[in-house]
Amino acid sequence: MKTPTSLKNKIAIVGVGESDIGKVPHMTGLGLNAQAAKRALDDSGLKVSDIDGVLTAYSFTEPYFMLGSVLCEYLGVKPRFNASVISGGASPAVMLKHAAEAIVSGQAETILVCAGENRATGLTREAALSALLAVGHPYFEQPYGGSIPGYYAMIAQRHMHVYGTTREQMAQVAVNTRAHALMHPSAHMKKPLALQEVLDAKPIADPLGMLDCCLISDAGGAFIVTSAERARDLKAKPVYLQGIGEYHTHEHLMCAPSLTEFGATESGRTAYEMAGLGPQDIDVAQLYDCFTIVPIIELEELGFCQRGEGGAFFSEGHARIGGKLPVNTHGGMLSHAHAGAAGGLFGIVEAVRQLRGGLGERQVQGAEVALVHNEGGILSSHCTLILANDKG
Amino acid sequence: MDKTTLPTPVANADSRPYWEAARERRLVIRKCNACGELHFMPRHLCPVCWSDRLEWVDAKGTGSVHSFTVIRRASDPAFAPLVPYAVALIDLDEGPRMMANILGANALAVKIGDRVQVTFEDRGDGAMLPQFNTVAA
Ligand SMILES: [Zn+2]
Repeated sequence: MKTPTSLKNKIAIVGVGESDIGKVPHMTGLGLNAQAAKRALDDSGLKVSDIDGVLTAYSFTEPYFMLGSVLCEYLGVKPRFNASVISGGASPAVMLKHAAEAIVSGQAETILVCAGENRATGLTREAALSALLAVGHPYFEQPYGGSIPGYYAMIAQRHMHVYGTTREQMAQVAVNTRAHALMHPSAHMKKPLALQEVLDAKPIADPLGMLDCCLISDAGGAFIVTSAERARDLKAKPVYLQGIGEYHTHEHLMCAPSLTEFGATESGRTAYEMAGLGPQDIDVAQLYDCFTIVPIIELEELGFCQRGEGGAFFSEGHARIGGKLPVNTHGGMLSHAHAGAAGGLFGIVEAVRQLRGGLGERQVQGAEVALVHNEGGILSSHCTLILANDKG
Repeated sequence: MDKTTLPTPVANADSRPYWEAARERRLVIRKCNACGELHFMPRHLCPVCWSDRLEWVDAKGTGSVHSFTVIRRASDPAFAPLVPYAVALIDLDEGPRMMANILGANALAVKIGDRVQVTFEDRGDGAMLPQFNTVAA
């Protein structure tokens, strides 16, 4: 197999933005995208006329056929590079990869990446159901009444069976991320959370309860990517892409090659190799956490601990700010926000902020290298990226 | 309860023989005559070697539970009256994995590794859905 052109140190993220988060009934999904985009642009110090590329993902609440061009029209931007990327939750990291490739090959110089929707207030119950049901295979899964939590629950059940992972360890993931969300000024959930509350929450799909499941928020997120040269003289401290990799193994759970081994190992390997770094070099990690079992599996797949040790990593406090490897310092999708592809995008926003420094009590001391992992589907599509505040 | 209000199997060009066999209470799977691989779900090409020399073979209808969940809150309102119910991934003895419900009085006591036997559930107008019951090992 031909080795791809390395993207290491070729591009930088120079602006990040989040919309208002939570229940924002007075704004549309496109409006949330625009607000996040404006905040990211202001953060970068660039002008709107500098944007010559736009990438976005998808929206259940505003399901336009050509969302990329719809968003450009809404923003009044006429880019020479544009696409809507649909890799589920993996889309933000995949979009960063497409943006980096476009910049390196000269297709564009400065690219806006944004995603989000008003999923808390903008969907009728029927529309929400039909959109989310569509995740199961229409002919061979949906007739059995599964659900997204149900599919992840089957993964959790298998992990518990093979490795002895416990319900309490999964609950601790929710408790950890809530503790971090309390330190984030605009996180959706701001009420302290105790382990027992997670265990006692309304059961959804055994072994997962309501508080093992991510939020449903109104939210948009954005970041601006440009070449490493261009990034030098901008307002914000640039955060450089060191490594990035993706891997896709299936779409529907019944076709997953394994219920304990997924594509994050491969996407992570590619990212580590490009960066010339390993798990021991990572100071902070933002892992996809649509359900509490997911970051446990990702810790294992990405080499931060052995298989079967992900649960203990959380319950022993290693994933807390101040611990060995702080995970989801913004509160993740379990407590900060989840709104379609914006959920994983906030992991990128938070990684950039941690690497710039100055976050007060939320700051991971000495953070120089961050890893972000996005996954989409039922642990189907994976993209891992490594960012650094220095070319190292 | 009456299951005929639940989603009905949809047959298409890939799967029509599968659903027609189910109406006769037979579980069939795809076999590749080039590489020998058996696979689920039905498709036009062998997902291993891309041969289109495929045939349908009868599965024994026996297997074991690879994983499962008990749904306590249904996403699809049609399933709400059934809650709680078990959804499982079944490893057929021939190899392929499929999804189904575990039915029967002790369905909610299902465990990983339990032996299962296919059964068929009437979804109306003679349409039958392959399902499974746990059986003594
Ligand atoms: Zn074959």
